[in-house]
Amino acid sequence: MADTIRFLKPREAVLSRRAAIIADLTDLLPPECLVHEARELVPFETDAFVSYRRLPLAVALPKTTAQVAAVMKYCHRYGIPVVPRGAGTSLSGGAIPQEDAVVLGLSKMSRILEVDYANRTATVQAGVTNLNISEAVGIDGFFYAPDPSSQLACTIGGNIGMNSGGAHCLKYGVTTNNLLGVKMVLVDGTVIELGGKHLDAAGYDLLGLVCGSEGQLGIVTEAVVRLIAKPEGARPVLFGFDTSEHAGACVADIIGSGIIPVAIEFMDKPAIEICEAFAHAGYPLDVEALLIVEVEGSEAEMEAMLKAIVEIAGRHGVKTVRESQSATEAALIWKGRKSAFGATGRIADYICMDGTVPLGKLSYVLNKTSEIVDRFGLRVANVFHAGDGNMHPLILFNANDPEDAARAEEAGNEILKLCVDAGGCLTGEHGVGIEKRDLMRHQYSEADLNQQMAVRSAFDEDWILNPSKVFPLDGRPAA
Amino acid sequence: MTLIPNSETDAAYVIRNAASEGKKLALCGGNTRAGFGNAAEPAEMVSSTGLSGIVDYEPAEMVMTVKAGTPVAEIEAALAANRQMMAFEPMDHRGVMGTLGEPTIGGVFAANVSGPRRFVSGAARDSLLGIRFINGRGEPIRAGGRVMKNVTGLDLVKLLAGSHGTLGFLTEVTFRVLPVPQTVETIVISGLDDAAAAKAMAAAMALPVEVSGAAHLPQTVRFRFLGGGLPAGEATVLRIEGLDASVAVRAEKLAAVMEAFGPVSRLGLEESQTLWRQIRDVYPYSDGTLKPVWRVSIAPSAGHQLVAALRLEAGVDAFYDWQGGLVWMRMEADPEAELLRRYIRALGGGHATLMRASDAVRAQTQAFEPQPDAVAALSARVKQKLDPAGIFCPGKMG
Repeated sequence: MADTIRFLKPREAVLSRRAAIIADLTDLLPPECLVHEARELVPFETDAFVSYRRLPLAVALPKTTAQVAAVMKYCHRYGIPVVPRGAGTSLSGGAIPQEDAVVLGLSKMSRILEVDYANRTATVQAGVTNLNISEAVGIDGFFYAPDPSSQLACTIGGNIGMNSGGAHCLKYGVTTNNLLGVKMVLVDGTVIELGGKHLDAAGYDLLGLVCGSEGQLGIVTEAVVRLIAKPEGARPVLFGFDTSEHAGACVADIIGSGIIPVAIEFMDKPAIEICEAFAHAGYPLDVEALLIVEVEGSEAEMEAMLKAIVEIAGRHGVKTVRESQSATEAALIWKGRKSAFGATGRIADYICMDGTVPLGKLSYVLNKTSEIVDRFGLRVANVFHAGDGNMHPLILFNANDPEDAARAEEAGNEILKLCVDAGGCLTGEHGVGIEKRDLMRHQYSEADLNQQMAVRSAFDEDWILNPSKVFPLDGRPAA
Repeated sequence: MTLIPNSETDAAYVIRNAASEGKKLALCGGNTRAGFGNAAEPAEMVSSTGLSGIVDYEPAEMVMTVKAGTPVAEIEAALAANRQMMAFEPMDHRGVMGTLGEPTIGGVFAANVSGPRRFVSGAARDSLLGIRFINGRGEPIRAGGRVMKNVTGLDLVKLLAGSHGTLGFLTEVTFRVLPVPQTVETIVISGLDDAAAAKAMAAAMALPVEVSGAAHLPQTVRFRFLGGGLPAGEATVLRIEGLDASVAVRAEKLAAVMEAFGPVSRLGLEESQTLWRQIRDVYPYSDGTLKPVWRVSIAPSAGHQLVAALRLEAGVDAFYDWQGGLVWMRMEADPEAELLRRYIRALGGGHATLMRASDAVRAQTQAFEPQPDAVAALSARVKQKLDPAGIFCPGKMG
């Protein structure tokens, strides 16, 4: 287990009252909604950022907003840290607990409460999975747009916490652009509603502030999300290039031409090889970089857009062009890309970075990334959302070798600093969590961070909500 | 007197001094939206018009950074030269508010001003990627950045958007832009009453034809658009934009479905552009009067119900944008704020903003929708964290 990233020192006053706290929580929740046996706590000790783990004090799995409010009110009263959790798929450690914390898991609140096609909204409980929404409304011709890779498992509550993106946000935006309202429990147990089926906030845009706040402003228990009519069809085209510069310039030209594809995905040679070996998608192995560009709409629209896109690729010396002629071919093109993380996991351990850079800096950052990784004696595979500059270098290492793991962490930090220095940011869609917390000063000035922390304090004066995350542990406002 | 700092440093200095003396400041841009919010306490004006100019514009990246006092017209011209646009269609309030002067981009974002495309492409706040502002302590603060995907830290960008100059003084904004569609067509369905129009618009939005504008213009306002050139009867209008070939196909498909609702006609590129600009700018109520004008945001299916209920008790004229979810209402006499807000709550919630009224009416009416106690308390705490001395536009939003 890695140990570079620190957690807050557990509050002694909480640890020493463990038995009493569990007894009190037993009064507040039905028996099936409370987990506190050491053995049963293990599944909650980490998330998808598995190099760090901490056993929580207890896990509350409420079934109603009233139960969430009761737990919050209690924890607030006694200064007990609370770590919210959806499906535990965070790649940045956003859901990793700490020894003095009660994990507040929303997995039992997993009902779709209402689908309203006249207003194109779905009202759902926070524990509903992302994919469940699209599946529930798909038969009627609608879908919910943000589609993080973990959409089979990840919950809408977690998506709101991290302001999740996905492959298709180039056209449809990320969670914050598709969220209309929430019901939310404040730190003291007060229940509020922000937004609803109408658009825009009445007062301050607290909804916009809550989205992406990584569970530090309150517990979202219900959400109203926007539904969109499903396009008639979608079709990908695959391009192979001799250099990543050519691929990068092609991306910038497609975007600049006035065509907005729904997705532009990039893979470098190591990623192509890993995915092809696993998925047999027929990817060309004689190219340095591969783009998957997807357009959607009617037949006429897709044809017109693909024609223009293929022309642009031609101007950038494209070596391989594969247009999909059927649904099977389209699925095959995507299969390799979608299995990238799984396929990489079969050959090595990896950490996935998430910096975003301006489109014009893509190839510069890719080259520098290789240099950094080389210097640490490691390997890297790049698979990412090129259309919006959201890089995902996968740094390969051996988790059984603590030195290798430490080197991977260090290389990752350098890559993220590189992204910031290139005019980008530390994280495009995975969140800060614990992973990038100590790099926040590289992106923000002291005054910038202090302002964010002050606003955070307006919601949670004592910093009991997910307290080890997002902001560097030193320099926090005194409670 | 109006202070016009011409650098971020000067602006910070002015605000720091005001904070130390407890002097109240009214923050503004071009003052074309001066009547927004509650009648404010007297205060010294600080204008962003001294901070002007395009800082960085990369058409290939679809991102623009400008100083906050830059005139919207200058930005629109620079974008048009590259066939790009602000997708959220910022409304020009001069007509309906009866104001003069030059709207600034800072004002657009401070008031989160959006137009007809908002209900599909997002509001001004959704296009805003990064800001620089001076907080109430006089500290320059940067939030967000210039990339589209960014979840690094708390999203103060959203918070400042739509805060009407009560949380900070915007000095620079970075926003996303989009290509101008190759062509635009509008499908007009004639003769539908408000309820039938709501059904037709919902049906249109359920089709995979990417409608990017859905408005309903009842008889009383219809003749005000396109110089009276819309077909007789109420007009329900649906906009389709994009590549030439695709617009033709989608418009055909939409028209075929809409014929079940009423007679269908079509408008081409130029008429469409004029029509949607007039809808955006609330042309019918740009009438030089001070009759109260409300802007109501509500669930699209509830918009016409709200107007129907209100009509039984008050003199009201209305038209609808955003599939019926944005209701523009001009009251004959009394603003009927309490009645209106009671009906909005009864219909599932939303909010009403008093945009225009005589000074006497404004003095007695909460311009923004009053918040439930817990939300109001939270908002007040947030304001205190950005503006501890309470010097920015006191009373305007609360």
